[in-house]
Amino acid sequence: MSETVQLFVTCIIDAVFPQVGRDVVEELERNGAEVEFPADQTCCGQPAYNAGHHRESTEVLLHNLEVLDRTGGPIVIPSGSCADFLIHHGPRLASGDPENAAMAERVAARIREFTSYVSEQRERASVEETETRDRSPTRRAFYHPSCHALRGLGLRREGESLLESVRGVERVEIEGAEECCGFGGLFALEMPEVSTGIMNTKLDRLEEAGVEMLVGADAACLIHLEGGLRRRENPMQVVHIASAIATGRKDRP
Amino acid sequence: MSQPVTFRRRAVGEMDTPKPAAVGRAARRFMGKRQWAVDDFTPMEETRDRARMIRLHTLANLHTYLDQFADSVERNGGQVLWAADAAEANRLISEVVGRKEGSLVIKSKSMVTEELDLNAHLQAEGHTVVETDLGEFIVQLAEDHPSHIIAPVMHLTRQDIGELFHRRLEIPYTDDPEELNAVARRHLRRFFLSADVGISGVNTGVAETGSIITVTNEGNGWLTTAAPRTHIAVMGMERLVPTFADAATIVEVLARSATGQRLSVYTNVVSGPRRPGDPDGPDEFVVVIVDNGRSRVLSTDASEILACIRCGACLNVCPVFREVGGHAYGQVYSGPVGSVLAPGLADFAEAVDLPFASSLCGACREVCPVRIDIPKLLVHQRVRATRENDPFKWLGPGLALYGQAAKRPRLWKSLLAAGRMAGRLKGKDEWFHRLPFHAKGWTRSRDFPPPARESFRQWWKENRSGT
Repeated sequence: MSETVQLFVTCIIDAVFPQVGRDVVEELERNGAEVEFPADQTCCGQPAYNAGHHRESTEVLLHNLEVLDRTGGPIVIPSGSCADFLIHHGPRLASGDPENAAMAERVAARIREFTSYVSEQRERASVEETETRDRSPTRRAFYHPSCHALRGLGLRREGESLLESVRGVERVEIEGAEECCGFGGLFALEMPEVSTGIMNTKLDRLEEAGVEMLVGADAACLIHLEGGLRRRENPMQVVHIASAIATGRKDRP
Repeated sequence: MSQPVTFRRRAVGEMDTPKPAAVGRAARRFMGKRQWAVDDFTPMEETRDRARMIRLHTLANLHTYLDQFADSVERNGGQVLWAADAAEANRLISEVVGRKEGSLVIKSKSMVTEELDLNAHLQAEGHTVVETDLGEFIVQLAEDHPSHIIAPVMHLTRQDIGELFHRRLEIPYTDDPEELNAVARRHLRRFFLSADVGISGVNTGVAETGSIITVTNEGNGWLTTAAPRTHIAVMGMERLVPTFADAATIVEVLARSATGQRLSVYTNVVSGPRRPGDPDGPDEFVVVIVDNGRSRVLSTDASEILACIRCGACLNVCPVFREVGGHAYGQVYSGPVGSVLAPGLADFAEAVDLPFASSLCGACREVCPVRIDIPKLLVHQRVRATRENDPFKWLGPGLALYGQAAKRPRLWKSLLAAGRMAGRLKGKDEWFHRLPFHAKGWTRSRDFPPPARESFRQWWKENRSGT
């Protein structure tokens, strides 16, 4: 039974990491979904929202709600932060007008964060993903839960299980795993030194734990952490969970 | 227009000191203890729900409960004084203290008196003021300010305190906490016995009984309120609960969230002056109820922050607070709660950038014993800031362009295309090391990825659409 899903790819993946978007599509389709991409989508509106510019945020939000509201089926978003925004903040932001409010609620009810949706797909299809790891070298990988997925949507285990299913990977823990990476959207520009301080705490702990691969489901946190790692000339690999899954599959002998 | 010293500048200054390291360690230790205390108490979540309801109900009916509280205090033989602002509160307190010239005033911990800058005021009038809470005593010795609601010297190490005692109390250097404690106790004892006036804060006032409740771990709160002839309790206007049973609920979540204890060592209940036959207690009991901006906050969409019971858990868990410490906030209340409350209590412009001192990670919301959605309130304050006195004006044009483009798919695509052009300045997989203007803030410590040569939507259009 195939289900049609709408992909809301997020502005960062669209513009900076298109391969992640392709890996997302591949995984969704492999699990039996039919993926559609509403072409007029742009960005959820969160950047302006967090900065306190709610007029801009509302206009961007409403445009995208209209685009999504014209479609059917679950809306899959490969970012906990954007998903949390559309589920929890969108309805509040659109509440000034009853029709917009209803639209925001309708869309919010269809939003599915990627790791959560894929976990459910696999469960439904009883996909047995865990493979024996005896033939491939094991890399130490940490799953960064990302604040908005973790505290906004209550997700962590979903992404960790997906990571554990990837061949050649051993999932490891670090101290303070649930602490913020310091990105915080425009916070990183408004308070760059503080943002950097928080990031460095996180990077130190990743290094202390000997992590070789940093995996997450939110491209924004990953950009931030990879930007810091590159500056440190640390070769730790940073990948979105969708790409970790896709790469693991291609590595299969 | 001149901007006051910003959070960012203060934070950078603080990050250059050893203070944040001490704060980070202590804050994480507190959170570990809190986790133990939460796990230890099966009905914690329901109790938090109940505490939240109690506090929100009180705020919604604050007028009624303030009247009831005042009546109850007077019925018990106490006196209630109302202060609209810090100046009035100081004047009223002065009148009580100043009945005797050169009074000796002892104080137990109170954040609201920090708002008033009460110590300086009383000292200027010729009185002697001695802080008796160990942390506050250290702050006073160091001529410093508290950096945390419940742990005033979280920013100091025991070595710092050893140095301070050595210098100011002229004792041989030691950094043994027990010895330092004993030194402070010996030093303070004579003040307890000879003080004219005791000034305390109030953790919770009970409308039904007119009681004030203070929780301490040192017993100084008890001595301060019972030994001197006069006890002045200074209470923030919103600190009430309706009944004694409600107060028990608050106390239950307070200590677990604050210090990770089941209960503080002392839970001190004062319900009026000494009655005939009482072995001790003051002859005079005065409660000063302080507004000082609270009514104003109550009328804004950040009013829920007044439900706060001052446990400090949101500070302890906050990645920003841990990185910069309390002094970076430049206000009496720091951390997430302070970032919402301070701009409300003070002149908004004075603390207008504090609501931005957060990554909105949500950790504060998760630990708040009364479940205040602090990130939501921070965003409310940001909205107000951008309207009244935007501390990040330079973001305005960029966000305006974003707002225009992100609702017009064609314009959005052109912007993405322009980004790709810029990206072509870089080789494949090569990140920017330096970006211009305000983006410098990013690239000072982090590389930035170039836009991809082909966006996802282009790939989709060429490979997937129509299939």
